[in-house]
Amino acid sequence: MSTLTTQLRAELNVVRRNGEQLLVTLGIPLLLLGFFSVVDVLPTNEKDPVNFLVPGILALAVMSTSMVSLGIATGFERTYLVLKRLAATPLGTTRLIAAKTLSIAVVEAVQMLLLISLGFILGWSPEQANWLLALCAVVLGTFAFAGIGLFLAGNLRGEVNLAASNGLYLVLLLIGGIVFPLDKLPGALSAISRCLPTAALSDVLRDALMSAGEHTTSSWIVLLVWAIAAPAVAAKTFKWN
Amino acid sequence: MSAVVVENLTIRYGDFVAVDDVSFQAVFGEVTAILGPNGAGKTSTIETCEGYRAPTSGTVQVLEKNPFTQRTSLHSEVGVMLQEGGVYPSARVHETIAQYCALYNRGVDPATLLTAVDLESKASSTWRRLSGGEKQRMLLALALAARPRVAFLDEPTSGVDINGRDAIRHIINDLAANGTAVILATHELDEAERLAQRVVLFDHGKIVANAPLTTLRSARHELRFSSSPTLNVQELSAHIGLVVTHQQDQYVVRFDSADTSFSSELVQRVTTWLTTKNLPLNNLSIGAQRLEDIFRNLTGGTQ
Repeated sequence: MSTLTTQLRAELNVVRRNGEQLLVTLGIPLLLLGFFSVVDVLPTNEKDPVNFLVPGILALAVMSTSMVSLGIATGFERTYLVLKRLAATPLGTTRLIAAKTLSIAVVEAVQMLLLISLGFILGWSPEQANWLLALCAVVLGTFAFAGIGLFLAGNLRGEVNLAASNGLYLVLLLIGGIVFPLDKLPGALSAISRCLPTAALSDVLRDALMSAGEHTTSSWIVLLVWAIAAPAVAAKTFKWN
Repeated sequence: MSAVVVENLTIRYGDFVAVDDVSFQAVFGEVTAILGPNGAGKTSTIETCEGYRAPTSGTVQVLEKNPFTQRTSLHSEVGVMLQEGGVYPSARVHETIAQYCALYNRGVDPATLLTAVDLESKASSTWRRLSGGEKQRMLLALALAARPRVAFLDEPTSGVDINGRDAIRHIINDLAANGTAVILATHELDEAERLAQRVVLFDHGKIVANAPLTTLRSARHELRFSSSPTLNVQELSAHIGLVVTHQQDQYVVRFDSADTSFSSELVQRVTTWLTTKNLPLNNLSIGAQRLEDIFRNLTGGTQ
Protein backbone atom coordinates (compact mmCIF):
# COMPACT_ATOMS: atom_id res chain seq x y z
CA MET A 1 0.00 0.00 0.00
CA SER A 2 1.41 3.42 -0.93
CA THR A 3 2.06 6.14 1.64
CA LEU A 4 -0.79 8.21 0.21
CA THR A 5 -3.28 5.32 0.30
CA THR A 6 -2.24 4.51 3.86
CA GLN A 7 -2.90 8.05 5.01
CA LEU A 8 -6.16 8.29 3.03
CA ARG A 9 -7.38 5.18 4.80
CA ALA A 10 -6.44 6.69 8.19
CA GLU A 11 -8.29 9.93 7.32
CA LEU A 12 -11.44 8.03 6.32
CA ASN A 13 -11.26 5.98 9.53
CA VAL A 14 -11.29 9.21 11.55
CA VAL A 15 -14.40 10.40 9.67
CA ARG A 16 -16.10 7.01 9.99
CA ARG A 17 -15.48 6.80 13.75
CA ASN A 18 -16.51 10.36 14.51
CA GLY A 19 -20.25 10.34 15.11
CA GLU A 20 -20.55 14.14 15.29
CA GLN A 21 -18.88 14.50 11.91
CA LEU A 22 -21.19 11.93 10.33
CA LEU A 23 -24.18 13.78 11.78
CA VAL A 24 -23.01 17.08 10.27
CA THR A 25 -21.91 15.68 6.91
CA LEU A 26 -24.75 13.22 6.25
CA GLY A 27 -27.45 13.39 8.92
CA ILE A 28 -28.31 17.10 8.90
CA PRO A 29 -28.31 17.62 5.08
CA LEU A 30 -30.50 14.53 4.52
CA LEU A 31 -32.82 15.54 7.37
CA LEU A 32 -33.21 19.12 6.14
CA LEU A 33 -33.84 18.03 2.56
CA GLY A 34 -36.37 15.41 3.58
CA PHE A 35 -38.19 17.50 6.19
CA PHE A 36 -38.54 20.80 4.31
CA SER A 37 -39.43 19.04 1.05
CA VAL A 38 -42.34 17.27 2.72
CA VAL A 39 -43.36 20.05 5.15
CA ASP A 40 -43.90 23.07 2.91
CA VAL A 41 -43.22 25.92 5.36
CA LEU A 42 -40.29 27.69 3.67
CA PRO A 43 -40.82 30.80 1.52
CA THR A 44 -39.02 29.22 -1.44
CA ASN A 45 -40.93 30.93 -4.28
CA GLU A 46 -41.21 27.44 -5.85
CA LYS A 47 -44.29 25.33 -6.41
CA ASP A 48 -42.39 22.34 -5.15
CA PRO A 49 -39.85 23.26 -2.42
CA VAL A 50 -37.59 20.32 -3.28
CA ASN A 51 -36.58 22.11 -6.50
CA PHE A 52 -35.27 25.04 -4.43
CA LEU A 53 -33.81 22.88 -1.68
CA VAL A 54 -31.66 20.33 -3.56
CA PRO A 55 -29.01 22.78 -4.90
CA GLY A 56 -28.88 24.62 -1.55
CA ILE A 57 -28.56 21.40 0.43
CA LEU A 58 -25.77 20.26 -1.92
CA ALA A 59 -23.98 23.51 -1.04
CA LEU A 60 -24.61 22.78 2.65
CA ALA A 61 -23.12 19.31 2.19
CA VAL A 62 -19.97 20.77 0.65
CA MET A 63 -19.70 23.25 3.54
CA SER A 64 -20.27 20.57 6.19
CA THR A 65 -17.57 18.27 4.81
CA SER A 66 -14.88 20.67 3.68
CA MET A 67 -15.28 23.31 6.39
CA VAL A 68 -16.80 21.74 9.49
CA SER A 69 -15.65 18.12 9.28
CA LEU A 70 -12.18 18.83 7.89
CA GLY A 71 -11.67 21.89 10.12
CA ILE A 72 -12.71 20.22 13.36
CA ALA A 73 -10.74 17.04 12.67
CA THR A 74 -7.63 19.01 11.72
CA GLY A 75 -8.01 21.28 14.77
CA PHE A 76 -8.08 18.31 17.10
CA GLU A 77 -5.18 16.71 15.24
CA ARG A 78 -3.18 19.83 16.12
CA THR A 79 -4.31 19.65 19.75
CA TYR A 80 -3.51 15.93 20.08
CA LEU A 81 -0.13 16.44 18.31
CA VAL A 82 -1.13 14.01 15.54
CA LEU A 83 0.12 16.45 12.90
CA LYS A 84 3.38 16.93 14.81
CA ARG A 85 3.95 13.17 14.92
CA LEU A 86 3.05 12.72 11.25
CA ALA A 87 5.49 15.50 10.39
CA ALA A 88 8.26 13.19 11.65
CA THR A 89 7.37 10.45 9.13
CA PRO A 90 8.23 10.23 5.42
CA LEU A 91 4.62 11.24 4.62
CA GLY A 92 5.44 14.92 3.97
CA THR A 93 3.11 17.90 3.81
CA THR A 94 2.10 17.41 0.17
CA ARG A 95 0.91 13.84 0.63
CA LEU A 96 -0.81 14.73 3.92
CA ILE A 97 -2.81 17.48 2.16
CA ALA A 98 -3.46 15.18 -0.81
CA ALA A 99 -4.81 12.49 1.53
CA LYS A 100 -7.09 15.00 3.25
CA THR A 101 -8.29 16.32 -0.11
CA LEU A 102 -9.06 12.83 -1.38
CA SER A 103 -10.89 11.94 1.82
CA ILE A 104 -13.07 15.04 1.34
CA ALA A 105 -13.73 13.99 -2.27
CA VAL A 106 -14.77 10.49 -1.16
CA VAL A 107 -17.15 11.84 1.53
CA GLU A 108 -18.59 14.45 -0.85
CA ALA A 109 -19.19 11.81 -3.52
CA VAL A 110 -21.18 9.75 -1.00
CA GLN A 111 -23.09 12.89 0.09
CA MET A 112 -23.96 13.87 -3.48
CA LEU A 113 -25.10 10.37 -4.32
CA LEU A 114 -27.38 10.14 -1.28
CA LEU A 115 -28.76 13.69 -1.52
CA ILE A 116 -29.45 13.57 -5.27
CA SER A 117 -31.07 10.14 -4.86
CA LEU A 118 -33.27 11.46 -2.05
CA GLY A 119 -34.06 14.53 -4.15
CA PHE A 120 -35.27 12.36 -7.03
CA ILE A 121 -37.33 10.24 -4.61
CA LEU A 122 -38.95 13.45 -3.29
CA GLY A 123 -39.82 14.62 -6.80
CA TRP A 124 -36.88 16.84 -7.73
CA SER A 125 -36.91 17.54 -11.48
CA PRO A 126 -33.74 19.27 -12.66
CA GLU A 127 -34.19 21.35 -15.80
CA GLN A 128 -31.45 21.25 -18.45
CA ALA A 129 -28.96 20.31 -15.73
CA ASN A 130 -25.33 21.04 -16.54
CA TRP A 131 -23.65 18.45 -14.31
CA LEU A 132 -20.14 19.43 -15.36
CA LEU A 133 -20.76 23.03 -14.35
CA ALA A 134 -22.21 21.80 -11.06
CA LEU A 135 -19.07 19.72 -10.49
CA CYS A 136 -16.89 22.81 -11.11
CA ALA A 137 -18.98 24.71 -8.56
CA VAL A 138 -18.56 21.91 -6.00
CA VAL A 139 -14.78 21.88 -6.55
CA LEU A 140 -14.52 25.66 -6.10
CA GLY A 141 -16.81 25.49 -3.08
CA THR A 142 -14.66 22.76 -1.58
CA PHE A 143 -11.53 24.90 -1.93
CA ALA A 144 -13.30 27.92 -0.42
CA PHE A 145 -14.75 26.09 2.58
CA ALA A 146 -11.64 23.98 3.16
CA GLY A 147 -9.66 27.23 3.29
CA ILE A 148 -12.02 28.66 5.91
CA GLY A 149 -12.02 25.43 7.92
CA LEU A 150 -8.22 25.11 7.86
CA PHE A 151 -7.82 28.81 8.73
CA LEU A 152 -9.87 28.26 11.89
CA ALA A 153 -8.18 24.90 12.61
CA GLY A 154 -4.71 26.29 12.16
CA ASN A 155 -5.18 29.24 14.48
CA LEU A 156 -7.63 28.22 17.23
CA ARG A 157 -7.38 25.63 19.98
CA GLY A 158 -9.33 22.40 19.38
CA GLU A 159 -12.36 23.19 21.54
CA VAL A 160 -12.55 26.84 20.41
CA ASN A 161 -12.27 25.72 16.80
CA LEU A 162 -15.09 23.21 17.38
CA ALA A 163 -17.39 25.93 18.70
CA ALA A 164 -16.39 28.45 16.01
CA SER A 165 -16.86 25.96 13.15
CA ASN A 166 -20.28 24.85 14.37
CA GLY A 167 -21.36 28.44 15.03
CA LEU A 168 -20.26 29.54 11.56
CA TYR A 169 -22.04 26.51 10.06
CA LEU A 170 -25.30 27.55 11.70
CA VAL A 171 -24.97 31.20 10.60
CA LEU A 172 -24.16 30.25 7.01
CA LEU A 173 -27.01 27.72 7.00
CA LEU A 174 -29.47 30.46 7.95
CA ILE A 175 -28.23 33.38 5.85
CA GLY A 176 -26.44 31.53 3.06
CA GLY A 177 -29.41 31.04 0.73
CA ILE A 178 -29.63 27.33 1.54
CA VAL A 179 -33.09 27.05 3.06
CA PHE A 180 -34.25 30.68 2.87
CA PRO A 181 -34.06 32.62 -0.41
CA LEU A 182 -31.80 35.67 -0.06
CA ASP A 183 -34.57 38.04 -1.23
CA LYS A 184 -36.52 37.12 1.89
CA LEU A 185 -33.73 38.49 4.12
CA PRO A 186 -33.60 42.18 5.20
CA GLY A 187 -31.86 44.40 2.60
CA ALA A 188 -28.48 44.89 4.29
CA LEU A 189 -28.27 41.27 5.43
CA SER A 190 -29.20 40.10 1.94
CA ALA A 191 -26.37 42.18 0.44
CA ILE A 192 -23.86 40.80 2.96
CA SER A 193 -25.09 37.26 2.33
CA ARG A 194 -24.46 37.56 -1.40
CA CYS A 195 -20.74 37.99 -0.58
CA LEU A 196 -20.64 34.72 1.39
CA PRO A 197 -19.39 31.52 -0.23
CA THR A 198 -22.52 29.60 0.79
CA ALA A 199 -24.89 31.94 -1.07
CA ALA A 200 -22.57 32.03 -4.08
CA LEU A 201 -22.31 28.24 -4.22
CA SER A 202 -26.08 27.78 -3.75
CA ASP A 203 -26.75 30.29 -6.52
CA VAL A 204 -24.37 28.78 -9.08
CA LEU A 205 -25.63 25.27 -8.27
CA ARG A 206 -29.24 26.42 -8.79
CA ASP A 207 -28.16 27.89 -12.11
CA ALA A 208 -26.27 24.78 -13.18
CA LEU A 209 -28.96 22.30 -12.11
CA MET A 210 -32.21 24.26 -12.41
CA SER A 211 -31.35 27.21 -14.70
CA ALA A 212 -32.62 29.31 -11.79
CA GLY A 213 -29.60 31.32 -10.64
CA GLU A 214 -30.31 34.91 -9.65
CA HIS A 215 -26.92 36.64 -9.81
CA THR A 216 -24.93 33.96 -11.53
CA THR A 217 -21.99 36.00 -12.81
CA SER A 218 -21.36 37.80 -9.54
CA SER A 219 -21.86 34.52 -7.65
CA TRP A 220 -19.15 32.78 -9.74
CA ILE A 221 -16.81 35.71 -9.04
CA VAL A 222 -17.55 35.61 -5.30
CA LEU A 223 -17.01 31.85 -5.23
CA LEU A 224 -13.77 32.10 -7.19
CA VAL A 225 -12.40 34.81 -4.89
CA TRP A 226 -13.20 32.73 -1.79
CA ALA A 227 -11.70 29.61 -3.44
CA ILE A 228 -8.40 31.41 -3.99
CA ALA A 229 -8.24 33.70 -0.96
CA ALA A 230 -9.35 31.35 1.83
CA PRO A 231 -6.77 28.57 1.18
CA ALA A 232 -4.07 31.19 0.65
CA VAL A 233 -4.80 32.83 4.01
CA ALA A 234 -5.03 29.41 5.67
CA ALA A 235 -1.65 28.35 4.21
CA LYS A 236 -0.08 31.64 5.33
CA THR A 237 -1.34 31.51 8.91
CA PHE A 238 -1.57 27.76 9.66
CA LYS A 239 0.31 26.67 12.80
CA TRP A 240 1.14 22.97 12.77
CA ASN A 241 1.35 22.56 16.55
CA MET B 1 30.63 8.30 11.23
CA SER B 2 28.57 9.99 13.94
CA ALA B 3 24.81 9.62 13.61
CA VAL B 4 24.08 13.08 14.98
CA VAL B 5 26.47 16.02 14.82
CA VAL B 6 25.50 19.31 16.48
CA GLU B 7 27.97 22.15 16.04
CA ASN B 8 27.74 25.60 17.61
CA LEU B 9 23.95 25.39 17.72
CA THR B 10 22.13 28.50 18.92
CA ILE B 11 18.33 28.79 19.10
CA ARG B 12 16.64 32.09 19.93
CA TYR B 13 12.97 32.90 20.48
CA GLY B 14 12.92 36.66 20.02
CA ASP B 15 15.40 38.01 22.55
CA PHE B 16 15.41 34.81 24.59
CA VAL B 17 18.36 32.51 23.97
CA ALA B 18 17.07 28.95 24.54
CA VAL B 19 20.24 27.19 23.34
CA ASP B 20 23.58 28.96 23.39
CA ASP B 21 26.37 27.71 21.12
CA VAL B 22 26.26 24.01 21.98
CA SER B 23 28.11 21.17 20.27
CA PHE B 24 27.89 17.41 20.77
CA GLN B 25 27.74 14.16 18.84
CA ALA B 26 25.84 10.89 19.16
CA VAL B 27 27.23 7.69 17.70
CA PHE B 28 25.69 4.46 16.42
CA GLY B 29 25.22 1.66 18.92
CA GLU B 30 25.10 3.96 21.94
CA VAL B 31 22.44 5.56 24.09
CA THR B 32 23.16 9.27 24.51
CA ALA B 33 21.19 10.84 27.35
CA ILE B 34 20.26 14.50 27.06
CA LEU B 35 19.73 15.70 30.60
CA GLY B 36 18.91 19.02 32.15
CA PRO B 37 16.47 20.97 34.29
CA ASN B 38 13.24 22.36 32.84
CA GLY B 39 13.98 25.16 30.40
CA ALA B 40 17.61 24.11 29.99
CA GLY B 41 17.31 23.82 26.21
CA LYS B 42 16.92 20.03 25.82
CA THR B 43 13.61 20.06 23.95
CA SER B 44 14.63 22.90 21.63
CA THR B 45 17.80 21.00 20.76
CA ILE B 46 16.05 17.66 20.23
CA GLU B 47 13.29 19.26 18.12
CA THR B 48 15.93 20.90 15.96
CA CYS B 49 17.57 17.50 15.45
CA GLU B 50 14.13 16.05 14.59
CA GLY B 51 13.62 18.76 11.94
CA TYR B 52 10.76 20.60 13.65
CA ARG B 53 12.64 23.89 13.78
CA ALA B 54 15.59 25.53 12.07
CA PRO B 55 18.66 26.62 14.06
CA THR B 56 19.13 30.36 14.57
CA SER B 57 22.81 29.68 13.93
CA GLY B 58 25.14 26.70 13.86
CA THR B 59 24.56 23.37 12.15
CA VAL B 60 22.81 20.10 12.86
CA GLN B 61 23.44 16.95 10.82
CA VAL B 62 21.52 13.71 11.29
CA LEU B 63 22.75 10.82 9.13
CA GLU B 64 24.76 13.47 7.27
CA LYS B 65 21.57 15.32 6.29
CA ASN B 66 20.09 18.63 7.33
CA PRO B 67 17.00 17.60 9.34
CA PHE B 68 15.10 20.81 8.55
CA THR B 69 15.62 21.02 4.78
CA GLN B 70 15.84 17.26 4.06
CA ARG B 71 13.13 16.24 6.48
CA THR B 72 11.03 13.90 4.35
CA SER B 73 13.92 11.78 3.06
CA LEU B 74 15.63 11.73 6.46
CA HIS B 75 12.54 10.64 8.36
CA SER B 76 12.36 7.27 6.63
CA GLU B 77 15.31 6.21 8.83
CA VAL B 78 14.62 8.20 11.99
CA GLY B 79 12.29 7.12 14.77
CA VAL B 80 10.67 9.79 16.93
CA MET B 81 8.88 9.30 20.23
CA LEU B 82 7.09 12.40 21.44
CA GLN B 83 6.85 13.01 25.17
CA GLU B 84 3.05 12.76 24.95
CA GLY B 85 0.24 12.64 22.41
CA GLY B 86 0.59 12.09 18.70
CA VAL B 87 -2.35 9.71 18.27
CA TYR B 88 -6.04 10.49 17.66
CA PRO B 89 -8.09 9.39 20.73
CA SER B 90 -10.45 7.22 18.68
CA ALA B 91 -7.61 5.51 16.76
CA ARG B 92 -7.15 1.81 17.43
CA VAL B 93 -3.79 0.42 18.50
CA HIS B 94 -3.30 -2.15 15.74
CA GLU B 95 -4.54 0.21 13.01
CA THR B 96 -2.22 3.01 14.10
CA ILE B 97 0.80 0.72 14.35
CA ALA B 98 -0.04 -0.74 10.92
CA GLN B 99 -0.43 2.80 9.54
CA TYR B 100 3.04 3.85 10.77
CA CYS B 101 4.65 0.60 9.55
CA ALA B 102 3.17 1.36 6.10
CA LEU B 103 4.18 5.04 6.21
CA TYR B 104 7.81 4.17 7.02
CA ASN B 105 7.75 1.18 4.66
CA ARG B 106 10.86 -0.36 6.25
CA GLY B 107 9.59 -3.93 6.34
CA VAL B 108 8.50 -3.92 9.97
CA ASP B 109 5.66 -6.38 10.62
CA PRO B 110 2.89 -4.71 12.68
CA ALA B 111 2.03 -7.94 14.50
CA THR B 112 5.67 -8.50 15.52
CA LEU B 113 5.89 -4.89 16.69
CA LEU B 114 2.72 -5.28 18.78
CA THR B 115 4.32 -8.28 20.46
CA ALA B 116 7.62 -6.47 20.99
CA VAL B 117 5.92 -3.70 22.97
CA ASP B 118 3.59 -6.15 24.70
CA LEU B 119 0.36 -4.63 23.42
CA GLU B 120 -1.20 -7.68 21.74
CA SER B 121 -4.00 -7.80 24.28
CA LYS B 122 -4.75 -4.13 23.59
CA ALA B 123 -4.65 -4.40 19.80
CA SER B 124 -8.32 -3.48 19.36
CA SER B 125 -8.37 -0.79 22.07
CA THR B 126 -8.56 2.87 21.21
CA TRP B 127 -5.80 5.24 22.31
CA ARG B 128 -8.06 6.95 24.82
CA ARG B 129 -8.59 3.65 26.68
CA LEU B 130 -4.89 2.87 27.18
CA SER B 131 -3.13 3.39 30.53
CA GLY B 132 -0.20 5.78 30.79
CA GLY B 133 2.34 2.98 30.46
CA GLU B 134 0.53 1.44 27.50
CA LYS B 135 0.46 4.82 25.75
CA GLN B 136 4.22 5.17 26.23
CA ARG B 137 4.80 1.69 24.79
CA MET B 138 2.59 2.50 21.81
CA LEU B 139 4.49 5.75 21.16
CA LEU B 140 7.70 3.74 21.34
CA ALA B 141 6.23 1.27 18.82
CA LEU B 142 5.55 4.15 16.40
CA ALA B 143 9.24 5.10 16.64
CA LEU B 144 10.29 1.47 16.12
CA ALA B 145 8.07 1.23 13.02
CA ALA B 146 10.84 3.18 11.25
CA ARG B 147 13.38 0.43 11.97
CA PRO B 148 15.40 3.50 12.91
CA ARG B 149 19.11 4.10 12.44
CA VAL B 150 18.61 7.07 14.77
CA ALA B 151 15.91 7.17 17.46
CA PHE B 152 14.92 10.30 19.40
CA LEU B 153 13.04 9.21 22.52
CA ASP B 154 11.55 11.91 24.74
CA GLU B 155 10.88 10.75 28.33
CA PRO B 156 10.10 7.15 27.27
CA THR B 157 9.51 5.84 30.80
CA SER B 158 7.56 8.81 32.14
CA GLY B 159 4.47 7.59 34.00
CA VAL B 160 5.31 3.93 33.43
CA ASP B 161 5.13 1.28 36.18
CA ILE B 162 8.13 -0.90 37.15
CA ASN B 163 7.29 -3.78 34.81
CA GLY B 164 6.64 -1.41 31.95
CA ARG B 165 9.95 0.36 32.62
CA ASP B 166 11.82 -2.92 32.44
CA ALA B 167 10.17 -3.70 29.09
CA ILE B 168 11.02 -0.26 27.68
CA ARG B 169 14.63 -0.43 28.95
CA HIS B 170 14.98 -3.84 27.32
CA ILE B 171 13.75 -2.46 23.98
CA ILE B 172 16.05 0.57 24.17
CA ASN B 173 19.05 -1.58 25.04
CA ASP B 174 18.22 -3.89 22.11
CA LEU B 175 17.96 -0.90 19.77
CA ALA B 176 21.43 0.32 20.74
CA ALA B 177 22.85 -3.22 20.64
CA ASN B 178 21.62 -3.51 17.05
CA GLY B 179 23.52 -0.39 16.06
CA THR B 180 20.88 2.34 16.40
CA ALA B 181 21.98 5.70 17.76
CA VAL B 182 19.51 6.36 20.58
CA ILE B 183 19.11 9.93 21.81
CA LEU B 184 17.23 9.82 25.08
CA ALA B 185 15.85 13.02 26.61
CA THR B 186 14.87 12.45 30.20
CA HIS B 187 14.43 14.10 33.58
CA GLU B 188 14.85 10.72 35.26
CA LEU B 189 18.52 10.47 36.17
CA ASP B 190 18.12 6.91 37.36
CA GLU B 191 16.86 6.01 33.88
CA ALA B 192 19.81 7.73 32.23
CA GLU B 193 22.22 5.99 34.61
CA ARG B 194 20.75 2.60 33.70
CA LEU B 195 20.62 3.13 29.93
CA ALA B 196 23.12 5.71 28.70
CA GLN B 197 26.70 5.24 27.62
CA ARG B 198 27.13 9.00 27.06
CA VAL B 199 25.65 11.97 28.92
CA VAL B 200 25.10 15.48 27.58
CA LEU B 201 24.04 17.73 30.43
CA PHE B 202 22.29 21.03 29.68
CA ASP B 203 21.86 24.00 32.01
CA HIS B 204 20.56 27.45 31.06
CA GLY B 205 20.96 26.71 27.35
CA LYS B 206 24.58 25.57 27.61
CA ILE B 207 26.22 22.16 27.88
CA VAL B 208 27.90 21.78 31.27
CA ALA B 209 29.00 18.16 30.80
CA ASN B 210 29.46 16.00 27.72
CA ALA B 211 31.24 12.73 28.34
CA PRO B 212 30.83 8.97 28.57
CA LEU B 213 28.93 8.15 31.74
CA THR B 214 31.80 6.05 33.11
CA THR B 215 34.25 8.94 32.60
CA LEU B 216 31.88 11.40 34.23
CA ARG B 217 31.33 9.16 37.23
CA SER B 218 34.94 8.04 37.63
CA ALA B 219 36.10 11.65 37.73
CA ARG B 220 34.19 12.23 40.95
CA HIS B 221 34.15 9.98 44.00
CA GLU B 222 32.57 10.36 47.40
CA LEU B 223 32.56 8.92 50.87
CA ARG B 224 29.21 8.91 52.69
CA PHE B 225 28.44 7.99 56.28
CA SER B 226 25.97 8.67 59.06
CA SER B 227 26.94 9.76 62.55
CA SER B 228 25.92 12.08 65.36
CA PRO B 229 24.14 15.27 64.25
CA THR B 230 26.52 17.21 66.51
CA LEU B 231 29.61 16.11 64.60
CA ASN B 232 32.00 19.05 64.11
CA VAL B 233 32.43 19.13 60.31
CA GLN B 234 35.11 21.86 60.41
CA GLU B 235 37.26 19.81 62.74
CA LEU B 236 36.83 16.64 60.67
CA SER B 237 37.55 18.59 57.45
CA ALA B 238 40.79 19.90 58.95
CA HIS B 239 41.74 16.41 60.10
CA ILE B 240 41.30 14.69 56.72
CA GLY B 241 42.28 17.67 54.54
CA LEU B 242 39.03 17.54 52.51
CA VAL B 243 35.73 19.38 52.76
CA VAL B 244 33.04 17.53 54.69
CA THR B 245 29.39 18.51 54.11
CA HIS B 246 26.21 17.51 55.90
CA GLN B 247 23.40 16.45 53.51
CA GLN B 248 20.11 14.90 54.52
CA ASP B 249 21.36 13.09 57.66
CA GLN B 250 24.54 12.02 55.92
CA TYR B 251 28.09 13.36 55.91
CA VAL B 252 29.67 13.55 52.46
CA VAL B 253 33.32 13.89 51.45
CA ARG B 254 33.99 14.41 47.73
CA PHE B 255 37.34 13.73 46.12
CA ASP B 256 38.74 13.31 42.63
CA SER B 257 41.13 10.38 42.99
CA ALA B 258 40.03 6.90 41.94
CA ASP B 259 43.14 5.45 43.59
CA THR B 260 42.07 2.63 45.92
CA SER B 261 44.94 3.22 48.38
CA PHE B 262 43.79 6.85 48.75
CA SER B 263 40.22 5.64 49.37
CA SER B 264 41.40 3.17 52.02
CA GLU B 265 43.50 5.81 53.74
CA LEU B 266 40.57 8.24 53.73
CA VAL B 267 38.25 5.67 55.30
CA GLN B 268 40.86 4.91 57.93
CA ARG B 269 41.39 8.58 58.82
CA VAL B 270 37.64 9.21 59.13
CA THR B 271 36.98 6.11 61.24
CA THR B 272 39.96 6.85 63.51
CA TRP B 273 38.78 10.42 64.07
CA LEU B 274 35.22 9.25 64.86
CA THR B 275 36.60 6.66 67.30
CA THR B 276 38.74 9.20 69.14
CA LYS B 277 35.68 11.50 69.41
CA ASN B 278 33.56 8.55 70.56
CA LEU B 279 31.05 9.19 67.78
CA PRO B 280 28.97 6.47 66.05
CA LEU B 281 29.60 5.37 62.45
CA ASN B 282 26.77 3.97 60.29
CA ASN B 283 25.99 3.35 56.59
CA LEU B 284 29.51 4.04 55.33
CA SER B 285 29.88 3.84 51.55
CA ILE B 286 32.60 4.90 49.17
CA GLY B 287 32.74 4.92 45.37
CA ALA B 288 31.89 6.77 42.19
CA GLN B 289 29.54 9.69 42.65
CA ARG B 290 25.92 9.10 41.62
CA LEU B 291 24.71 10.83 38.47
CA GLU B 292 22.13 12.68 40.54
CA ASP B 293 24.90 14.27 42.64
CA ILE B 294 27.00 15.10 39.59
CA PHE B 295 23.91 16.70 38.12
CA ARG B 296 23.20 18.74 41.25
CA ASN B 297 26.79 19.92 41.45
CA LEU B 298 26.92 21.00 37.81
CA THR B 299 23.51 22.66 37.66
CA GLY B 300 23.43 24.14 41.13
CA GLY B 301 20.80 21.64 42.24
CA THR B 302 18.02 22.99 40.05
CA GLN B 303 16.59 19.61 39.03
